[in-house]
Amino acid sequence: MTAGDRPLDRDEWVDGNEAAGILQEIFTMDITTARGRCAGCGRVAPMAETRVYDHAPGLVVRCPDCDAVLLTVIRAPDRAFLATTGLTYLEVALPESATSGFTGA
Amino acid sequence: MARAAVQRRLTWQPATVAQVRTETESARSIVLDVPGWPGHVTGQHVDVRLTAEDGYAAQRSYSVASAPELDRLELTVQRVPDGEVSPYLADVAEAGDQLEIRGPVGGYFTWRPEAVEPVLLVAGGSGIVPLMSMIRGRAAANSRVPFRLVYSARTPDDVIYAQELSRRVRDDRGLDVAFAYTRGTPAGWPRPPGRLDAALLAEVGWPADFIPAVYICGPTGFVEAAANLLVAQGHEPQRIKTERFGPTGDREAAA
Amino acid sequence: MAIVTRGFTGRGRRDVNLPPGQYLTEDFPVLSAGPTPRPNLDKWQFTVTSETGQRFGWTWPELRALPSETVTVDLHCVTRWSKLGTHWEGVSVDTLLADVDTAADFAMVHAYGGYTTNLPLADLLDGQAWVAYRYDGEELDPEHGGPARLLVPHLYLWKSAKWVRGIELMHEDSPGFWESAGYHNYGDPWREQRYSGD
Repeated sequence: MTAGDRPLDRDEWVDGNEAAGILQEIFTMDITTARGRCAGCGRVAPMAETRVYDHAPGLVVRCPDCDAVLLTVIRAPDRAFLATTGLTYLEVALPESATSGFTGA
Repeated sequence: MARAAVQRRLTWQPATVAQVRTETESARSIVLDVPGWPGHVTGQHVDVRLTAEDGYAAQRSYSVASAPELDRLELTVQRVPDGEVSPYLADVAEAGDQLEIRGPVGGYFTWRPEAVEPVLLVAGGSGIVPLMSMIRGRAAANSRVPFRLVYSARTPDDVIYAQELSRRVRDDRGLDVAFAYTRGTPAGWPRPPGRLDAALLAEVGWPADFIPAVYICGPTGFVEAAANLLVAQGHEPQRIKTERFGPTGDREAAA
Repeated sequence: MAIVTRGFTGRGRRDVNLPPGQYLTEDFPVLSAGPTPRPNLDKWQFTVTSETGQRFGWTWPELRALPSETVTVDLHCVTRWSKLGTHWEGVSVDTLLADVDTAADFAMVHAYGGYTTNLPLADLLDGQAWVAYRYDGEELDPEHGGPARLLVPHLYLWKSAKWVRGIELMHEDSPGFWESAGYHNYGDPWREQRYSGD
């Protein structure tokens, strides 16, 4: 065994493009083009550029800079569990429309 | 492809193998008939699900290789020695067999024929597949956008679509293809076998000030290396789109 | 009902001796939710922390000097593969907790790399759980959780934390990594407790 507290050289991940199917199943729109902000290090980048560990009980999406878990998806036969644990936001492109003004008094 | 524009819930659809074609010793193309298939945007992929008689199911993701088409698509699958789905697709499937697909999915690593900027495609191994869809889609849409493909393969025998690429270089105006071999070259090849390097990319790619759209697809290490070389040559990171197939460049990933 | 694909068998086989919904596999799939940690054995530590904050620690040589057991157990992964008759060597959790005075009912297992999993303390005791460092007669590979992993074979395999580094004893239960992401809090394969709510 070699010394050092570092990960193996072998990379077990694929990139966020791989998660397109399972995320679209939940969101009914493509989420890989959405930009997410990492709660750990503040990196903002398209979800397609994240690291996806899918040899796992669920899908684990991690930040490519700091390895923090951004989101997980567990797919049961009849439902899915989505946890956006490490995202402070997801920025999703939408068709242009007038934004509403302040609500309340 | 009007139907593709409609947002709809992603569901599994039955697909029938219409034809299989051997591409290399380890890769096959599989043409699928999918009634109601809405077409795709080049670069997108599909999820494939196989179910055994006892109910055991396995699911993987594969890039679409063909140009967008209604009711039909083509995948190219490289056999992964320890794989579960790819050996079936690369060795067993034959015309008439049924499987399930869902998609198309992925909106990031995509090229649309409306785009006008020059395109640089960089493929490592089976990473050629979604890039071939772009090349085929460009021709099908009669786009004249200049395309350059740099294709890194182990040896000439490992090049997928070799004949079609040489035909297209002749017939598709504005398409250039350069090969880089990592293990073995044809006789008399000007460069010794080796990794894709800065000199070759500078020679056959677009200068950064042409502001090309860049698509890199292949094994993780290859993609990272190619992207770093291009950024060092002045390409804007935002103009470089990447798709990494994992450590071995396969798509045997999704569990 | 899904379409059956002719000629596809996949890795899994039905077997009468398996928990519901499981398939038999002969190989040993590698599952990982993140980068594989490779802790330096010179600095490696296994720590038991009681609910009062009392700490008990073992270095790698100290762990290896403890009496070990060899066990043959069946593994059941929530991703539906089961592997029967696997051979392990390690230290019983009973041995590690022998000197710990505790009134805790629950445990959080911590691993290098940040992974956590929770279970009732009772499920770690009475010869049901080990800190295992040898598999099939060999030192445990990093990809399977080496240098040491927890082995709790009567629960789904996500409870058997790879790269284990400690057990934290707790009065109150608290969900670990997969338990807070939607998997079942307990995870008994024979009652098919896969997902939260099952």
